[in-house]
Amino acid sequence: MSDVRTLDVSALPPGAFGSRTLTFWGTLGIVVIESTVFALAIGAYFYLVTRFPAWPPHGVAVPDLRWGTLNTVILLASLLPNELARRAGENVDLGRVRVWMVVCLIFALGFNIIRAYEFAHLNVMWDHDAYGSIVWLMLGLHTTHIVTDFLDSSVLTVLMFTGPVEEHRFVDVEENAVYWYFVVLAWLPIYGVIYWAPRLL
Amino acid sequence: MMRRTDFPSDGQLEQLEQTWADPSGVYGWFMHVDHKSIGRRYLVTAFAFFLIGGVLAALMRLQLSRPDNTFLDPDLYNQIFSTHGTTMMFLFAVPVMQGLGIYFVPLMVGARSIAFPRLVAFSYWMLLFGGIFLYASFLLNAAPDVGWFSYPPLAESLYTPSKRADVWAQLITFTEVGSLAVAVSLITTTLKLRAPGMTLNRLPIFVWAQLVTSFMVLFAMPAVMLASTALILDRLVGTHFFDVEHAGDALLWQHLFWFFGHPEVYIIFIPGTGIVSTIISTFSQRRMFGYLAVVLSLVSTAFMGFGLWVHHMFATGLPQLGESFFTAASIIIAVPTGTQIFCWIATMWSGRVTVRIPMLWILGFFAIFVVGGLTGVMLAAVPLNTQVHDTFFVVAHFHYVLIGGAVFPLFAAFYYWYPKIVGRCLSDRIGASVFGLFFVGFNLTFFPMHVLGLHGMPRRVYTYPAAMGWGNLNLLASVGAAVMACAVLLFVVDAIRALVAGTVAADNPWNAGTLEWATTSPPPNSNFPRLPTVSGREPLWENPPNQPVVVGLRTDARDVLVTHVLDAEPDHRLLFPEPSVWPFLTAIAATILFIWSIFTPWGVVYGAIPVFVTMVGWFWPKSAQEGGTPLWPFAHRTLPRPNEAPAGGVI
Repeated sequence: MSDVRTLDVSALPPGAFGSRTLTFWGTLGIVVIESTVFALAIGAYFYLVTRFPAWPPHGVAVPDLRWGTLNTVILLASLLPNELARRAGENVDLGRVRVWMVVCLIFALGFNIIRAYEFAHLNVMWDHDAYGSIVWLMLGLHTTHIVTDFLDSSVLTVLMFTGPVEEHRFVDVEENAVYWYFVVLAWLPIYGVIYWAPRLL
Repeated sequence: MMRRTDFPSDGQLEQLEQTWADPSGVYGWFMHVDHKSIGRRYLVTAFAFFLIGGVLAALMRLQLSRPDNTFLDPDLYNQIFSTHGTTMMFLFAVPVMQGLGIYFVPLMVGARSIAFPRLVAFSYWMLLFGGIFLYASFLLNAAPDVGWFSYPPLAESLYTPSKRADVWAQLITFTEVGSLAVAVSLITTTLKLRAPGMTLNRLPIFVWAQLVTSFMVLFAMPAVMLASTALILDRLVGTHFFDVEHAGDALLWQHLFWFFGHPEVYIIFIPGTGIVSTIISTFSQRRMFGYLAVVLSLVSTAFMGFGLWVHHMFATGLPQLGESFFTAASIIIAVPTGTQIFCWIATMWSGRVTVRIPMLWILGFFAIFVVGGLTGVMLAAVPLNTQVHDTFFVVAHFHYVLIGGAVFPLFAAFYYWYPKIVGRCLSDRIGASVFGLFFVGFNLTFFPMHVLGLHGMPRRVYTYPAAMGWGNLNLLASVGAAVMACAVLLFVVDAIRALVAGTVAADNPWNAGTLEWATTSPPPNSNFPRLPTVSGREPLWENPPNQPVVVGLRTDARDVLVTHVLDAEPDHRLLFPEPSVWPFLTAIAATILFIWSIFTPWGVVYGAIPVFVTMVGWFWPKSAQEGGTPLWPFAHRTLPRPNEAPAGGVI
């Protein structure tokens, strides 16, 4: 073997947090994809608005504000335990990760249940007309996100209790929280369109 | 910087190869995660779909070879042209380009693996199952018959009460899930797994093209997924998205579809230009002229590609101002492509060009693509567009653009990289015949279609009366198709022959400058036993002889070096996942869900349960006893704090 110059990387840490990780960029990719879906759904909504003289069409009542607004408050409030879970992950603090992830799950259970009331108070069915279809589609899309986020957070939480807990699972805790941020923040424009657009247009 | 003379030892090399090996045997075959294995499967599968789609095209040419032909009935003809278009776009063009990316991006950036290898394996199974699903439907007389664009109201249940439109919509879901996952993996690989020293300014242009394309996939594919979901909902549960009688709008479909559909053209074409740049650079034996201009052209093409979709809808009676805007945008996008062509010519002009088989295909690309580009500029003008709308002129145009812009570069890529993938060379002599036949056959097939279109021959109609006088040109086109088929057949024969009997390939047979040629042909399991570092855009031409190699990664585990996004400085190490059968099982579960949901909305609900179970199985770590990574000592933190500088400080 000839004489070669080398770059020794053995001293580098076996992982990292935040934007240095692969998981972060993977999560970001998913966020971009799903944000595009939401944006296009909102675009479709306003396209349909321009196609019909009255909105909502056919004298349909606008959605009740109560449950949607309550859920918005709960979703925003869940950002606090979510941030605490994220920090606990970054600190590789198993005890706190367990506590705050369970709190997050309680919030998630709450807003998933209230979501059912939201559907019931849209005051239109999906097969009534295109307005009903697009409203159900937008709420359905977001519901898919809160359901799957609840499920994958549950799996991660269970894993943090049962093990095997490897150190890089704490990176997953952090990235799970990043995705949670997306799911909550993506709700705000959807909420605005579903509940306020028909009132303001 | 240290000096060592003993790395890696033979024992370490052997261990490294075992560490990165995929399991063997039938069961092991379903567990592969090596990007080279998955990349090969992508390429072979996509090419098989190209052949099948080509057979469908040949059937259409047979039917159209003479007037009043009754070889195919109209119903079957509808299924055939819809399945042909769907196959070529979703099962061939996008996957074959992504397959090249899966195989070569990690090699070109000097990485041991693609990011998220299990996700890429999952994508492959989705592609395969989607394709099988489409062709099983075809054999059951249930293939899509509403075009590859599936316009409502035709595709609504009132006019297509069979399951054919649902088959189309779910094929979209299959292939788009796969494409999106691959795009995320390729972006992450490009941004985080580059060899130390490969700053973004030194990224090979092929990788730039794959990166830009992957970003386009992220923004374009969701549109068609949303649209096809809305279509299925209209058909299955009675929503009214596209139903004018219930405040819906059929044009909403066209907007959503073409917001995907036009970028799709560039999703196919941009990797093609990446191939062109790579091959021109190699066969001119010089760095790309105007690297920055070429990269900016790729990026600006990607942006502008999202502002053209309405030019597919000029015949729908949109406001004139909107039409003018999209006409201007459609003409402007010729500028970045023109910039690239200028840079290619300048590279060849100032280099020492040798014309080998890959270069022959690139020269063919120039001729064909320029013709397609010219008719593209013509079609951007609303009056001409409206005149030839839905005629064979459009068919001629997009085959010149897509076959010229993607298939010619792709064949160049096959000839260029076959030695790297297989370790043996394709025949030069047969290669020249393949090119000659394909080039002549292509022009014979598609050039007459321009004339036929101008004479008013409509697309998607299964026959024409003799009195129209279109018989001779159609016969010519059909003869051309037979010549093309001979070319492809000859290529397949040579490719199979060369697997066992081709001349053994050197590591760098073309004297190219990018990193995939720095390793053996075919590459070992670990890609690079000595992980490279980089000090120029064409490392094999520009690296000094004593360029350092990376040491210090484990050889007994899938240890990967992760680098910084912009400057590719070493950041941390990461253990990559082992081979696993779970991606395969998850794809099976997803397949059940997708097909079930064609028949009842409850398929989505109950079908989600096995998907969830398999995903948990995928995610759940193995304990140390089962061969997983050992538990970390709770008392000792090895991960750095979020804002801590890398511990190494090694360069």
